[in-house]
Amino acid sequence: MKLELQGITKVFGSLVANDHIDLVVEPGEIHALLGENGAGKSTLMNVLYGLYDPDDGQILLDGAPATFKGPGDAVSAGIGMVHQHFMLVPVFTVAESVALGYEPTGAGGVLRLEEARRRVREISDRFGFQVDPDARIEDLPVGVQQRVEIIKALSRDAQVLILDEPTAVLTPQETDELIRIMRELKESGTSIVFITHKLREVRAIADRITVIRRGRVVGEASPTSTETELASLMVGRSVSLTVEKEPAQPGEATFEVEGLSVVAPTGTVLVDDISFDVRAGEILCVAGVQGNGQTELAEVILGIEEADSGSVRLDGKDILGTGVKERLRSGIGFVPEDRSTDGVVSSFSIAENLVLDLYDTPPFARGVSMSPAKVTANAEQRTEEFDVRYTSVHDPISTLSGGNAQKVVLAREMSRPLRLLVASQPTRGLDVGSIEFVHGRVVAERDRGTPVIIVSTELDEVLGLADRIAVMYRGRIVGIVDAVGEDGTPVSRDVLGLMMAGVPLEDAQQQAAQHRSVLGAADLGEEQA
Amino acid sequence: MSTATQPQQATPSEGAGPQRARPKVSLKATVVYALAALVTLVAWVLDTPADARTTFQFGTSGDLVSIPNIPVPALGFLVVLLVVMLAATGFSFWRWRERRPLPAWTHVVVGVAFVLAFLTFVGAGRSTVIPMVSLLAGALALSVPLVFGAMSGVICERSGIINIAIEGQLLFGAFMGAVVASAAGSAYLGLVAAPLAGALVGAGLAWFSVSFRVNQIIVGVVLNTLIIGLTGFLFSTVLSDNKALWNSRMPLPRIRIPLLADIPVIGPVLFNQTILVYLMYALIFGLQFMLFRSRWGLRTRAVGEHPKAADTVGIKVNVRRVWNTILGGAIAGLGGAFFTVGSGLAFGREMSAGQGYIALAAMILGKWNPWGAVMAALLFGFSKNLGNVLSSIGSGVPSELLLMLPYVITILAVAGFVGRVRPPAAEGVPYTKS
Amino acid sequence: MNDQNRPDAGEEQSVAAPPPADAGSENGGPTVREQERPGVLQQMLGGSALMSVLAVVLALFIGGLLIAFADEDTREAATYFFARPLDTITAGLSAMTEAYVAMFRGSVFDWQAATFAGMVNPLTESMVFAVPLILAGLGIAVGFRAGLFNIGAQGQIIVGAIGAAWLGFAFDLPPVIHLLVAILGGAIGGAVWGGIPGVLKARFGANEVIVTIMLNYIAVYLISYILKQPGFNPGRTGQRSPAVSPDATYPLLVPQWLWPDNGFRLHWGFVVAILATIFVWWLMERSTVGFQIRAVGANPAAARTAGMSVGRITVITMVVAGALAGLAATGQVLGTERSLTAGVAASFGFDAITVALLGRSRPWGTFFAGLLFGALKAGGFLMQSLTSTPIDIVLVVQSLIVLFIAAPPLVRSVFRLPDPDRRRRRKADTRTTQEATA
Repeated sequence: MKLELQGITKVFGSLVANDHIDLVVEPGEIHALLGENGAGKSTLMNVLYGLYDPDDGQILLDGAPATFKGPGDAVSAGIGMVHQHFMLVPVFTVAESVALGYEPTGAGGVLRLEEARRRVREISDRFGFQVDPDARIEDLPVGVQQRVEIIKALSRDAQVLILDEPTAVLTPQETDELIRIMRELKESGTSIVFITHKLREVRAIADRITVIRRGRVVGEASPTSTETELASLMVGRSVSLTVEKEPAQPGEATFEVEGLSVVAPTGTVLVDDISFDVRAGEILCVAGVQGNGQTELAEVILGIEEADSGSVRLDGKDILGTGVKERLRSGIGFVPEDRSTDGVVSSFSIAENLVLDLYDTPPFARGVSMSPAKVTANAEQRTEEFDVRYTSVHDPISTLSGGNAQKVVLAREMSRPLRLLVASQPTRGLDVGSIEFVHGRVVAERDRGTPVIIVSTELDEVLGLADRIAVMYRGRIVGIVDAVGEDGTPVSRDVLGLMMAGVPLEDAQQQAAQHRSVLGAADLGEEQA
Repeated sequence: MSTATQPQQATPSEGAGPQRARPKVSLKATVVYALAALVTLVAWVLDTPADARTTFQFGTSGDLVSIPNIPVPALGFLVVLLVVMLAATGFSFWRWRERRPLPAWTHVVVGVAFVLAFLTFVGAGRSTVIPMVSLLAGALALSVPLVFGAMSGVICERSGIINIAIEGQLLFGAFMGAVVASAAGSAYLGLVAAPLAGALVGAGLAWFSVSFRVNQIIVGVVLNTLIIGLTGFLFSTVLSDNKALWNSRMPLPRIRIPLLADIPVIGPVLFNQTILVYLMYALIFGLQFMLFRSRWGLRTRAVGEHPKAADTVGIKVNVRRVWNTILGGAIAGLGGAFFTVGSGLAFGREMSAGQGYIALAAMILGKWNPWGAVMAALLFGFSKNLGNVLSSIGSGVPSELLLMLPYVITILAVAGFVGRVRPPAAEGVPYTKS
Repeated sequence: MNDQNRPDAGEEQSVAAPPPADAGSENGGPTVREQERPGVLQQMLGGSALMSVLAVVLALFIGGLLIAFADEDTREAATYFFARPLDTITAGLSAMTEAYVAMFRGSVFDWQAATFAGMVNPLTESMVFAVPLILAGLGIAVGFRAGLFNIGAQGQIIVGAIGAAWLGFAFDLPPVIHLLVAILGGAIGGAVWGGIPGVLKARFGANEVIVTIMLNYIAVYLISYILKQPGFNPGRTGQRSPAVSPDATYPLLVPQWLWPDNGFRLHWGFVVAILATIFVWWLMERSTVGFQIRAVGANPAAARTAGMSVGRITVITMVVAGALAGLAATGQVLGTERSLTAGVAASFGFDAITVALLGRSRPWGTFFAGLLFGALKAGGFLMQSLTSTPIDIVLVVQSLIVLFIAAPPLVRSVFRLPDPDRRRRRKADTRTTQEATA
């Protein structure tokens, strides 16, 4: 089936998310939609999938115009979508999830679950998925959940399959497996729209590439283009993919973690007996696929998650057992992973958000009485210093863009004299300018002699920022490597990728030398080109 | 209220689930059991004279085979029950040590033993008998509106709408049931009007919470006030102006089911009832089945747990929520009819008397499951009736303290002493596309 | 450069999604408009105050229809409606006017009274009824700001009343001190009853809606139990405790020596209500505690990450809310009733919810909403005795007001007003186009 989008426009309030976008997907091709976070890729696909009504433009299927009033229409027209955040009900079984919306029923609307199970098994066997139809979704690993999503789409005879950032939650090895599945689907005649901001994956799998920037199509590219070419097309100017920094001048290890474990109330071991230290004036990056215990590790350091055993020492003192407030005031700066839920109070003003931690200390408060003038003055100074663009410091912080809101969080967390900085995904969802600003600030804090921990799932960020890299997998630290080896060569992506899949450091180095992954092959292509 | 759909662990290799330690099991049950045993020992065993007897009455006047009253030696029976409770305490402690969860039946055993111990103590050395049949029959009667209300709550909340307006639905159902039955001269027509009235309140709840996205708790509370005001106003004006026409008593006839009604003890309790109670039985079984085994149930649960996922497979989230809320309202309205035509009473001001809120509590205590909610409703009905019966046979226990019991139990339940409760994930969150 | 106007597109849209339990704003999805804090004048013109007025008008109108419907003359006329429709309408209108005129005379100004004092007496009566409504309403409003649905003002009033009354009649203390002690007793009683759901929520995550509802019923049984105890019921007379000592009652606000024979029941409880309003304003807007309460209410996760103790704030909020409800009880026990009765809380606890909602959880908003509902109550009594329109109509009007306030689009469509949101959106569109062309 040939799919055409013509002049699709979608406006949210003051934001034009899609501005007259044209896109053609030929039958049986893998078409990559490349763009930064927030470029409007997901909006476009949600329009295509009938979730949003476009304000303008039309969709053509095999040349005939189609209107989708809802996802139901899109599905019956042969469009399937695997969302970035899976659309699966956690308490349902796989069979129920696949059946939902298209239930095989008998008399009186009674479910024929056996039929649903059979459907799952059929597709699962065809592609070698090994999915148990009676497993509960919430018990399944993310990679398997993704397969359930693909089964869901295929069970409705999808001819065009949209994959929205499918690799965000996968290890490089799982990504290879997904790429294999995508190729198989393509062989069987399914067209695939592959949404991503990861250049390497695009080059490894796509037949054609459409690049979107700020809601507009800025060009088409072929998979043979180099990463740098694609990147500059994607962000609109030539960018350096590296972070500018001097070599670290590490001092004493002032922050030490020993034998730390975190167990969830359900009994799942989230952090499993890990030990590491961070020296003053160095950046330790904690790498790994989302959901391998990094979030919990960061939260234990701040104290919003409780440790089961082990010790966390800052400047020689064990801080486990002290409260969050105490830790913040003893010099821990914390940039949470999810800014909107943990970092800011969106209905509070910019000024109020800037004193969320120190609201009850002088000069902002005397006793229990707060001084609004001092809060305002502080905000004006801080926003100036951190280059936050705003209309008034009394506006709610929700009026700021993601990048500016993140700068507010940084400005607040760096306003105290720091003994340790912990930042989780500090640049997630930001535009390139803000990313550079945040990275610059982090490096500056390091150079001031603060130990820094950066938790990131983006390998590029890890490689750019880190002095040392700790890779986490299923709650354990698989290994800690120097970002730049003694011989001056940076650690290889393949090694990190294998470690992120749980392969110990030495094995990973051996394997990486022998075997190049699909993505590695794309690297090779770049070298040849 | 919102839980992420992502599991905690990502594993690349299929089959290998996340690592698990044994889940932590709470010690709460053991503590509660020990407290029950302690109360039994200190308050009742030590306070019962050795030679006192308690007489339990199991028969009713209409029995085919009359069952004699059963006298038991009070102290001996109390000690037996105490031993049962202590054994359960020990058992739960052992399970805790082993980090294994407790089976549900131990709760039932301890609960029954505790109630029996209390009844034995109250009846010890008295000439009055403990009337078991009327205790149970009264409990069922008091439970009927609770069950209907709780079923209404299950339907609404499973689809993501918090239904605090059960109270209003019961009251309006009682009102319209009485008025229509009286005006038309047929109790059965009242049974038709009552669900329509409840559905109307449900529609109001759905309208405000879906179309205007008003906070559902607020709409519910305000609708309750509105219905209290409205029915009170009409009661004092129209209904009292012409009582014979608008508000005369129209009892539903009892229908005795042959054979089943002759089963000793439970027969007359369960099978000599009005059609409303039989409808309730059908509703309980039907809802339990439909919720988990039908297309309607699957979609309803999807809409309440993860509305966006439901939307992406073409299910109209808000339409389903509206219809389910109206359906829930109708069911609660039908339950309201029990206050008037179901009990053969005329309508009275605020006659639902907060039962809607208790129904809500029963639903929570029943963990959003029809069967669980029924059990909780029966528990509440029983303890309320126990309070009434005991104050009529003149025990020393103040009836107010007994009447507090359901509320105290509910508080303990929501505080997690009765196990973990997980509401539908999207409950109370309005759904919008963009 | 135009970064400023550009929240990061698609994925970031979810950031602006409504917090699930946003108690402060009734219509679930707070738009940018609601989060801004325009000045009073802007607010008046911008629709918020206008919307409140229209909601009240609409609710009164519907209440009027109901009065007309229940009126016997009207219904009689309706039997020959098709022959002479005007009769029905006139009868209905006269029933409606009569009732509302009586309500006005009972709540604001009674021009038929013999003396001037008698004429303004209704206004003071409204203020008397407003005292418990304002105080309990403030308690609920504080809870709303912390994201807590405190449905338990009823129970908190009851327990506060028990405390205040007991300290009022069972002890013998010097004049001013006795009053202060009794007031404090009321506040503590309410605070204890409010603190229970707070602690249960903080410690065990128990849903406060359910717990407060349950505690209301427990309080009802508690007061009927206590009223049977010898200490509270020495003469076995029934449902009334001994009278509170005169030293422990609120003095009249307008003393007889200042204005002889005024007959006003208005007492110093009203001053307590004003002081409490000022206190709550200071607490929420100017104190570190209020800062935390607001932060926890708007985003508990962020508050926790910033080092605040969500549990502690939950408990503090519920204790404050309970104490305010306890103060509401003193208005009854130490002001108007002057002894403890089973019905001491009347329906003040539930009415207070509507008061806080109408006042949009703001201290002064709650104050004026309390005055309005106090007036409806005071007027309702005169209306009931003069026109035999049952006072239940007040409940209907009250709940309709809150429903309409919560759903501005409904009121706008009734009065055919334009949607300010839409205008804003259009303006935004032009801006984008300008940007695009720039």
